[in-house]
Amino acid sequence: MVSSNADIGYNSKVEGGVIVSKADAVINWIRTHSLWPMPMGLACCAIELMAAGASKFDISRFGAEVMRFSPRQSDVMIVAGTVTYKMAPIVRRIYDQMAEPKWVIAMGACASSGGMYRSYATLQGVDRIVPVDVYISGCPPRPEALLDALIKLQDKVSTETSTQNLFKVKS
Amino acid sequence: MIAQDLLVALQGVSSEVAERESADWPSFNCPIDSLVAVLKVLRDNHGYDMLVDATGMDNGVDASPRFTVIYHLLSTANHVYVRVAADCADSENPVAPTVSGLWPGADWHEREAYDLLGITYENHPDMRRILMWDSYPHHPLRKDFPLAGHEDDLWDEEIREETGTKVIPAPMAGGPFVSKSSNFEAQKEPRAKDESWNEKKEKPEG
Amino acid sequence: MATESKEYSMPDAASRAAQASEEFETEKLELSMGPSHPSTHGVLRLNLELDGEIIQKCDPVLGYLHRGDEKIAENMTYNQFVPYTDRLDYLAPLANNAIYAIAVEKLTGIEVPERCQAIRVLTSEMARISSHLLGLGAYTMDVGALTVFMITFTERENLYTLFEELTGARFTTSYSRIGGVTRDMPDGWMDRVLGFCDHFLPLLDDVESLLSRNRVFVDRTADIGIISKEDAIAYGLTGPNARASGLDLDLRRDAPYSGYEKYDFEVALGENGDCYDRYLVRMEEMRQSVRIIRQVIAQMPEGPYRAEDAKKIILPHKDKTLTSMEELIQNFMITTEGPQIPAGEVYFEGEAPKGALGFFIHSKGGGVPYRMKIRGPSFCNLSILPKLCVGVMVSDIPSILGSFDFVMGECDR
Ligand code: SF4
Repeated sequence: MVSSNADIGYNSKVEGGVIVSKADAVINWIRTHSLWPMPMGLACCAIELMAAGASKFDISRFGAEVMRFSPRQSDVMIVAGTVTYKMAPIVRRIYDQMAEPKWVIAMGACASSGGMYRSYATLQGVDRIVPVDVYISGCPPRPEALLDALIKLQDKVSTETSTQNLFKVKS
Repeated sequence: MIAQDLLVALQGVSSEVAERESADWPSFNCPIDSLVAVLKVLRDNHGYDMLVDATGMDNGVDASPRFTVIYHLLSTANHVYVRVAADCADSENPVAPTVSGLWPGADWHEREAYDLLGITYENHPDMRRILMWDSYPHHPLRKDFPLAGHEDDLWDEEIREETGTKVIPAPMAGGPFVSKSSNFEAQKEPRAKDESWNEKKEKPEG
Repeated sequence: MATESKEYSMPDAASRAAQASEEFETEKLELSMGPSHPSTHGVLRLNLELDGEIIQKCDPVLGYLHRGDEKIAENMTYNQFVPYTDRLDYLAPLANNAIYAIAVEKLTGIEVPERCQAIRVLTSEMARISSHLLGLGAYTMDVGALTVFMITFTERENLYTLFEELTGARFTTSYSRIGGVTRDMPDGWMDRVLGFCDHFLPLLDDVESLLSRNRVFVDRTADIGIISKEDAIAYGLTGPNARASGLDLDLRRDAPYSGYEKYDFEVALGENGDCYDRYLVRMEEMRQSVRIIRQVIAQMPEGPYRAEDAKKIILPHKDKTLTSMEELIQNFMITTEGPQIPAGEVYFEGEAPKGALGFFIHSKGGGVPYRMKIRGPSFCNLSILPKLCVGVMVSDIPSILGSFDFVMGECDR
């Protein structure tokens, strides 16, 4: 028999506006689906970052379309491009200004390792200056690769145990 | 044709102006003292009204004169270029006269040459570094500067302390590989073109 | 902690009280705009000195993307450097590739076949469209119109698909080699380019109807950031920015290279040299580019796509390399030693989308340049900012920067 299955979903009349779940699960569920990026568009890779934001690849399918140039409002910093030694302290400063919890994606060969710029002026990998969660290979990575990295990051975020940290005393 | 006429005209400014070897446009060597006068004549009397490029060159650590400044002018009416080069007298602290009085656009070009080659431009309104950070001690385009760079401190003190990161020589892993043109097969093995450090000279740390 | 921002300097209460006594004495505010700011298109930083909303002094700080390209060039062969030219103006790599290759070829004295020249013109013009589209999208986004950004980016994706088919990469194409291009065009590719052109022109009209008479857009751009023709010459401005000021200089027409003299096109000129004119010039240039593309495709010559007789310059074909000893040795030599270029000096400028992109090469012979200076058009175009920005409002800065359409990759190198 075919039924409409109406009762299986959430029904406020039955459950009285209450859902029982783990706090971690709820918090992570919220965080995973609204990762607002801080686009550190530094060089060529920034163009692919923009392409990921535009209509064909449409990063908003993953809840990350709100590119915020203000570090206070963003959750994940996408370092897209070559970080030079002149720029490095500024990248770090912006990272410091972001509110916790925060994550970093190193987009492209340059951000991950210095890439093809083995020279006196280039920082050899942004992980020397900020902690990186996901690295993307490619010069530049295709927008799909960025989306893949975003999904990987969502996987990571969804397994975090943030409530436990609430009760930890910071040393 | 143009080159001959120009040469005659420029020798009127300074008798030492000579033709410079070139694969394309008329090109002149000129003594550094009369550089500004020569460029002014080119601009005012010959229609080379736009300075498209001003740069410098390091002729090698042991070369004398070591540094040359090079200017490219374009005539926006006739669409021809001319190149003027002048050798700087001092090899340690090369000095050249500024042309930012003739073309305000020369300002940045000269700052760049100062930054990368260490050529100081006299009477320049604002002789600061433009590409590297202000406290950077080296001039990267000099031939004795290795591509990988030297160890140095990060310019921002706070971040330096917080992260412990330093400016380090880039890991070259022996590359980029280029082999010398040579008739001896043994010397043909590809090796780094950057020979500022090799078996004979010490490699920078890191 | 590194969170405190040092850039703002407000006088303390005591000095403010002291100042208040001198009535209506305004105080200067220093504002650092960038290097991470949505309207600085990358990593330009402007140190502004403000009196209220009016800018008193503007000091651009460059170098946040200085990657050492010129030093790198001195350390590798001419062919190895091709990928680095992609990343100069990363919005139009195909144009950079072509101009770089032509500069080296000029030094060598080799002539490339006509088909190669035509392919270079074709790809350069497509690159021009793609660069102007991005410039336009970013510009209008900065002055508050997001729709155009979405439209232009969709179009760029179509172009990227074509580029990918031709070169294998979306925008890091590395398509030129000294003495030719890497490969011939795939079958039917030119038809697809024509198809793109047909579809693109009406779309451009749409965009124009969204912007050209849009009150908000015109108010924010007309009569803002006016550059006179004399200033354009004095500061070495080139490309659309100079043409918007009425400087009639287009190297494609005036110093034709790669066979540009064979095609018919008009050079768009502006009158006022304000932000609005710079927008108009770019719109017209895209139309002219389509015109050139159509002519190139109509006249596309048959024949080899690279200088086959330049034996010490261009790599032999792969099938020959694998079967014949002589070609194998040749392949090895060019790969390890680089193409053998005679000693000499050359300066070549071509009309890249942003302006005149120049390469000055000093060679002492062999496969590696002794000194290579890259003249980035954005570098020269931006050098007028300290003069241009004095007396304008802070809110005009996004319009001015957007209309300049610069890219820091070639500015800082
Ligand atoms: S990884 Fe490649 S495309 Fe990305 S910034 Fe570096 S050079 Fe540019």
